[in-house]
Amino acid sequence: MDFSSIVSALPDLLQGMLLTLKLLVFAVAGGIALGTLLALARLSSNRLLSFLAGFYVNYFRSIPLLLVITWFYFIVPFMLAWATGKMHPVGAFASSLVAFMMFEAAYYCEIVRAGIQSIPKGQVNAAYALGLNYHQAMRLVVLPQAFRKMAPLLLQQSIILFQDTALVYAVGLMDFLNTARSRGDITGQLHEFLLFAGVIYFVLSFIASRIVLRLQSKLAVGQN
Amino acid sequence: MIRFNKVNKWFGRDHHVLKNITLEVKQGEVVVVCGPSGSGKSTLIRTINQLEPVNDGVIIVDGITITDPKTNINKVREEVGFVFQHFNLYPHLTVLENITLAPIQVRKMEKAAAEQLGVELLERVGLLNKKDVYPAQLSGGQQQRVAIARGLAMRPKVMLFDEPTSALDPEMIGEVLKVMQDLAESGMTMVVVTHEMGFAREVSDRVIFLDHGEILEDAKPEDFFTNPQHERAKQFLRQILAPMHQ
Ligand SMILES: Nc1ncnc2c1ncn2[C@@H]1O[C@H](COP(=O)(O)OP(=O)(O)O)[C@@H](O)[C@H]1O
Ligand SMILES: [Mg+2]
Repeated sequence: MDFSSIVSALPDLLQGMLLTLKLLVFAVAGGIALGTLLALARLSSNRLLSFLAGFYVNYFRSIPLLLVITWFYFIVPFMLAWATGKMHPVGAFASSLVAFMMFEAAYYCEIVRAGIQSIPKGQVNAAYALGLNYHQAMRLVVLPQAFRKMAPLLLQQSIILFQDTALVYAVGLMDFLNTARSRGDITGQLHEFLLFAGVIYFVLSFIASRIVLRLQSKLAVGQN
Repeated sequence: MIRFNKVNKWFGRDHHVLKNITLEVKQGEVVVVCGPSGSGKSTLIRTINQLEPVNDGVIIVDGITITDPKTNINKVREEVGFVFQHFNLYPHLTVLENITLAPIQVRKMEKAAAEQLGVELLERVGLLNKKDVYPAQLSGGQQQRVAIARGLAMRPKVMLFDEPTSALDPEMIGEVLKVMQDLAESGMTMVVVTHEMGFAREVSDRVIFLDHGEILEDAKPEDFFTNPQHERAKQFLRQILAPMHQ
């Protein structure tokens, strides 16, 4: 084993990690936002809305993420061209980001939905009784409690998403893993680079899961 | 202030929970609703702010026909406070935030003014020192007093109470009833579902006895307690006034 070339590759690896994290942060934010809308739609009394959201969720949960990423890479430019009437270069980062958001939203939706359903009906009744409308009751009373309850699960899902970001190699993005792999190839030290990447993924995921555990026990204490 | 005219409600197809309810509550009146468990008391009181919709009949609150589908029900709910058996305080907000939420969001009150109001109301229910704690840190009796303050913060014209003391430990019932009595004396129109017969006797202007979704008695407390008309009411009173049989 010879780890010498890793040191000189560190700036590149850092660039890769920044791309991974950027993808992660935007995908988590967008995925949770879209997932929350989907959850509200699934729980809506409007049958059509609820059916469509249900279909969306089940569809995206039934296909491989890799398929969505490659598919969006080809399809997003066409969708934009269709919507705006001219061709835009979109790039692998943007199309991957959309793919992650839409794919993960299906999973976040189910978590948020369970969270909303776990809030006692009396909370909504109390909000309505004070004259709040549906949107206010959701935004101010139900969702803050649901997110608090579901924070560990949302974080857990985000750790999975962190690992899944490595799939963007399929559309040629230089994320952390792809950078490590390519530098390993060039220097002939592929094993060392992959080992190093594995350690970094492990350490980051491990720290995040410790946070999940801390959060879980803190929430268990704070319950009334 | 509140008028029911031939109100009927079914749960499902054949569970007739409110049968031809006709009732009037005048401004400033305190009306106690009692009756056996499952007789429809909660359903009745919840129809007054349409937490339960009805199937037919007319309900008028403060001159507004709330059973009219064109009525903006949120507007009516602003004028009607509701206190629940299980308090239903918002656990993620402090006591003061629980109280100011609706005035700020619904009445569009300035935050500072709402907080001032909240402080006054907490003083009134004797819990000013708890304004920054979370509901989980309060006893049941304290939570219910906060819930009453929360309802009052909307400056409602009517306050509804659904068994406000029945989830409380016995030693806490008194503090909540005291707050309700003060409220009654301040002239608030109140409808109170309760089995606290002391409160009914001393504070209320009228007692309504509900059985199987029907109003069997609607009388002044002295008449209700000394001379109930229906056998079911007599039986109910015997059970509830008898010393604890255990
Ligand atoms: N959401 C509901 N769906 C179906 N039945 C209900 C519902 N709420 C109450 N009921 C039934 O209606 C009847 C009256 O209930 P309720 O008004 O809660 O009675 P009370 O408050 O007097 O105990 C009971 O038989 C109860 O089981
Ligand atoms: Mg009840």
